Amino acid sequence: MSQAATTNASFLERAPVLLRDWLTGSLPGPARWLANALIAIVAILAVFGLLFAFLTLAERKILGRVQNRPGPNRTGWFGLLQPFADGIKMLTKEDIVPRSADPFLHFLAPVALLGFSILTFAVIPYGRYLAPVELNAAVLYFFAAGSGAELAVFMAGWASHNKYSLLAAMRALAQLISYELPLLLSFVPVALATGTLSTTGIVAAQAGWRWNLIPHWFVFTPWGAAAFAIFMVSALAESNRSPFDLPEAESELIAGHLTEYSGFKYALFFMAEYFGICALSGMAVTLFLGGWQAPLPALSFIPSYVWFAAKLLALLLGFIWIRATLPRLRIDQLTRLAWKFLVPLALVNLGTAAFWSLTLGWAGPLQLVRWALALGLVAVPALLLGRGLSAGIGPRTYRYA
Amino acid sequence: MLGTGLLQGLAVTAKNFVGSFHDPKRFVTTQYPEERTKLPEAYRNFPFLVSESADDPMGTLRCVACQICEKECPPQCIYIEKSADKKPDANGKLQIYPAVFDIDISVCMSCQICVEVCPFDAIEMDQVFELAATNRFGGLLLDRHALAKPNSYFHGIHPTEAADVDARLSAARRAAEEKARASAAAKSAPKPAPAAPAQSPAAPSAEAPRAAPPAA
Repeated sequence: MSQAATTNASFLERAPVLLRDWLTGSLPGPARWLANALIAIVAILAVFGLLFAFLTLAERKILGRVQNRPGPNRTGWFGLLQPFADGIKMLTKEDIVPRSADPFLHFLAPVALLGFSILTFAVIPYGRYLAPVELNAAVLYFFAAGSGAELAVFMAGWASHNKYSLLAAMRALAQLISYELPLLLSFVPVALATGTLSTTGIVAAQAGWRWNLIPHWFVFTPWGAAAFAIFMVSALAESNRSPFDLPEAESELIAGHLTEYSGFKYALFFMAEYFGICALSGMAVTLFLGGWQAPLPALSFIPSYVWFAAKLLALLLGFIWIRATLPRLRIDQLTRLAWKFLVPLALVNLGTAAFWSLTLGWAGPLQLVRWALALGLVAVPALLLGRGLSAGIGPRTYRYA
Repeated sequence: MLGTGLLQGLAVTAKNFVGSFHDPKRFVTTQYPEERTKLPEAYRNFPFLVSESADDPMGTLRCVACQICEKECPPQCIYIEKSADKKPDANGKLQIYPAVFDIDISVCMSCQICVEVCPFDAIEMDQVFELAATNRFGGLLLDRHALAKPNSYFHGIHPTEAADVDARLSAARRAAEEKARASAAAKSAPKPAPAAPAQSPAAPSAEAPRAAPPAA
């Protein structure tokens, strides 16, 4: 099916590639390769830079609406110019470096953090013909580049020479290392099912529809749904988002590792956080939500990159919705959730995925048995583990004087 | 069930999000400089001087510069200088008037004691809160021109109180008129001596201001 679609792809589908070829077509070999790479970089930076700008606005508007207030609405139409006003403010603010700070590391930390988070954008297939870099081990590269962020966060905390920054950096490190594990483990079943680490290969493996209705996305399998849930929880923690925003818990740690940062450096941290969210959401879309694949065969006429953008935006709005809802966890609850709940579940899920791929041949009534067994393998450990961990903690009862 | 609390929380936030678009009871924000809510009648912050007419506020101030408010003011934010001459008030009676009447609203503590002690109902509490100034001395020192506001304005902001004050004042005026008529009748009835009218032009005008406060 995907082969047929490739040959008669619509003009819109090929438009970005055609535009790029028109721009660089006349250049000789190596220069053309370089120009293509540069165009991809500029496009990613432009698209995700604008997405970052308007995501901050969307977040503030949505949080406002959830709290029954309008959010920013003074700058431009519906506050649409607010991100640019914020940007100008950030750029013109004084850049303060504490006297006792390590000036070089203090400068390097935000740059490194932003660099690492931009690196992860390279391997995400944004459309059928829009994978900036095609690597054999793209997912491995993604997680390796992403985990560089931990180094940068600790660098920021250490270089600031501030007790809040250092404490927050330690917390951030504990949190990021704890959640790296379930994040990676939740990806392993996908590698098991597809037999590849290439993101384009993983998306291709999710092509097609059962009965021309249900797409072959991994999220619609029992192990895929569980892995997707674990991945999203870990992604929340990896990107320091509420309810896992402990490193920036303002009630305890002022602004955490950002305490000693102001002006443009602070903006870079902010940008890196949102880039991290975008990259992890993009990876979640690629791994579990079928990447750029359309949800229905009848909707395939819409270009693939539109579908990718729609799924990405849906996940990002989910992030904002969760931030509007959940209170922050304590550090012990946070590590407990990772090590005692998510890691065992991710390991069990590996078994579920193995069972699923071993029983590919089951047909007829055996299909039902296969689904029931796999669902049981997902749900029963989750319930038992959840019950066991929450035993004795229970809902708190408040007694009033 | 495990995780139902999370889902309930998400449902609550989603309900608030959707509700803020169609339910005015949820979405209560007033876009302040463009939209304003009507202040409650009981709201009061700083005093103002009542004048009878909007056209000639300085000529029709109720204040007769008796300086009771100045003496009673706990933080002493009122400064009054009496006039040397006299001007006819709204009733045509000659009265001293305040040549200077300043209130420093950076000192005023909005206690309303000046309003309570004023025997002429000449000072009342205002509802203006947009008093920001770029100069903290001159900008916040309101003189009598800034303080004078017509009685119709008083009716607009505190209708109940203004009606009470008007009823009281007109009753006092009526009583004073009756008294004046009675005394005029008493004077005209006996007609004691032909020399009396020669004295009278000076006497009533000199006595009138002194007689007016007890009457009011």
